[in-house]
Amino acid sequence: MSVDLATVKRVARLARIAVSEEEAERMTGELNGILGFVEQLSEVDVTGIEPMTSVTPMAMKKRHDVVTDGDKADAIVANAPQTDRNFFMVPKVVE
Amino acid sequence: MTELTSLTIAEARAKLAAKEIKAVELTQAYIQAIEAANPEINAYVAVTPEIALDMAKASDARIADGKAGVLEGIPLGVKDLFATKGVHTQACSHILDGFKPEYESTVTQNLWDAGAVMLGKLNMDEFAMGSSNESSYYGPVVNPWKATGSDEKLVPGGSSGGSAAAVAAHLCAGATATDTGGSIRQPAAFTGTVGIKPTYGRVSRWGVVAYASSLDQAGPIARDVRDAAILLKSMASVDAKDTTSVDLPVPDYEAALGQSLKGMKIGIPKEYRVEGMSDEIEKLWAQGIAWLKDAGAEIVDISLPHTKYALPAYYIVAPAEASSNLARYDGVRYGLRVDGKDIADMYEKTRAEGFGKEVKRRIMVGTYVLSAGYYDAYYLKAQKVRTLIKRDFETVFNAGVDAILAPITPSSAFAIGDKELAADPVKMYLQDVFTITLNMAGLPGISVPAGLDSKGLPLGLQVIGKPFDEETLFRTAHVIEQAAGTFTPAKWW
Repeated sequence: MSVDLATVKRVARLARIAVSEEEAERMTGELNGILGFVEQLSEVDVTGIEPMTSVTPMAMKKRHDVVTDGDKADAIVANAPQTDRNFFMVPKVVE
Repeated sequence: MTELTSLTIAEARAKLAAKEIKAVELTQAYIQAIEAANPEINAYVAVTPEIALDMAKASDARIADGKAGVLEGIPLGVKDLFATKGVHTQACSHILDGFKPEYESTVTQNLWDAGAVMLGKLNMDEFAMGSSNESSYYGPVVNPWKATGSDEKLVPGGSSGGSAAAVAAHLCAGATATDTGGSIRQPAAFTGTVGIKPTYGRVSRWGVVAYASSLDQAGPIARDVRDAAILLKSMASVDAKDTTSVDLPVPDYEAALGQSLKGMKIGIPKEYRVEGMSDEIEKLWAQGIAWLKDAGAEIVDISLPHTKYALPAYYIVAPAEASSNLARYDGVRYGLRVDGKDIADMYEKTRAEGFGKEVKRRIMVGTYVLSAGYYDAYYLKAQKVRTLIKRDFETVFNAGVDAILAPITPSSAFAIGDKELAADPVKMYLQDVFTITLNMAGLPGISVPAGLDSKGLPLGLQVIGKPFDEETLFRTAHVIEQAAGTFTPAKWW
């Protein structure tokens, strides 16, 4: 499978990365190089093989459904580029 | 003062315990060494001398009180991927500009609880994506090793290039590192240091910036096998904060050193004899086999038939997981924000400016393989191939093989700005051909220096083990180290 310029632009949109025309063209070549490389997996017969979901056989740890954390709003917003009274500030999304 | 920085962790530990040296003196020696070397080597992206000296003073007080921890007063460097409270933690990416975590990673907390001293944060490939440390926002790290008679600057490998270079150049006594596809073992091999990627689940991932969560595992880079064993003992833990942390007690790895290899079966995988492998690597491998045989191990030929599919499967699984993990960098909660005309424009501009080329490339591949209609063909297929890769190893271990000996890199360190590698991302990915299978199967592997090539550059060998059998790796690597010796670069900085 290979990708064209329009697909690369669509994927960039999905990934929320702005790309220039020039970058999209360069990425098309690079992505096709990588997709061509992974193409060799088609040689492998995986009939009846389960996909790996965990590298070590273990049951995922679960914890009790109780509050164990909180009351640290200041710490949570401490690294935000823009905040106001412990809210994250973003550009207006509704008119 | 320079003499103090030449002590291994085990040696410094003994001198500190005997009160022959003080933790403050040792830390000061390292701070001076870093000041002198870092403009050339670029191993540190943030040096924390005040924190280091405060920690060292506290260590001296605890030693005087008879309350010393197992790493009391030992100065360490920390890869920029580990969250350190109030200190530069940016995964060497522009997108995490100014990020200072409000919390401490489990691994670093374990080290500080054991009495270790933090010297600063170490350079790395951006978000651990790379094999040469050239994708760092802070510029490449220069390998302390140079080819004989050459002044060309070489890469230290990656992604833990800063960790490996700092250990090799004696700019820290040991360092933390992480390995998603070879990022501990390949730089260790390029710098003549020892690096171990433990079994997935042995070391907590809590507070380690995520790249590919099903592959990421932290471990140490150290000057010799004993130091690596000492560091892993403290880094590893059972951690309720990481749901993939395994409930197994952490053994005393140091106790495994010096044990005989008699009766051990070492597998030699024929699939690791790849096309175009240099004669020097071939010779080194044969030498390693001879050393293990001399130590009493039985050598058996084995086959791991799906080896060649590990790399292509990795370049589906790792980018897919990365594209999900890196979705959080959106200019809202931390790091860089580039303003836009609306919120979507702000996201797109922030991510376009904040991520480097290689990171964008992997996010794009990951987004594509996970996009509607392609999931089964790529991600699901790759996860099935992963099952087969793991099965290869299980078959061999079930047949009585205790450990596997293999090369670690296709060559010794290459030049910074190597044109051939820069022009073709897939060529750079091939650097990890011998290391990546272990991440895919979750297995532990240790990289141990085994000699110098004709250019005078270090080469390493890799010992691969059963899940949670790191002790056998240390024991086997120690035998190789006893035979090969240890390697220190000639100081030019």
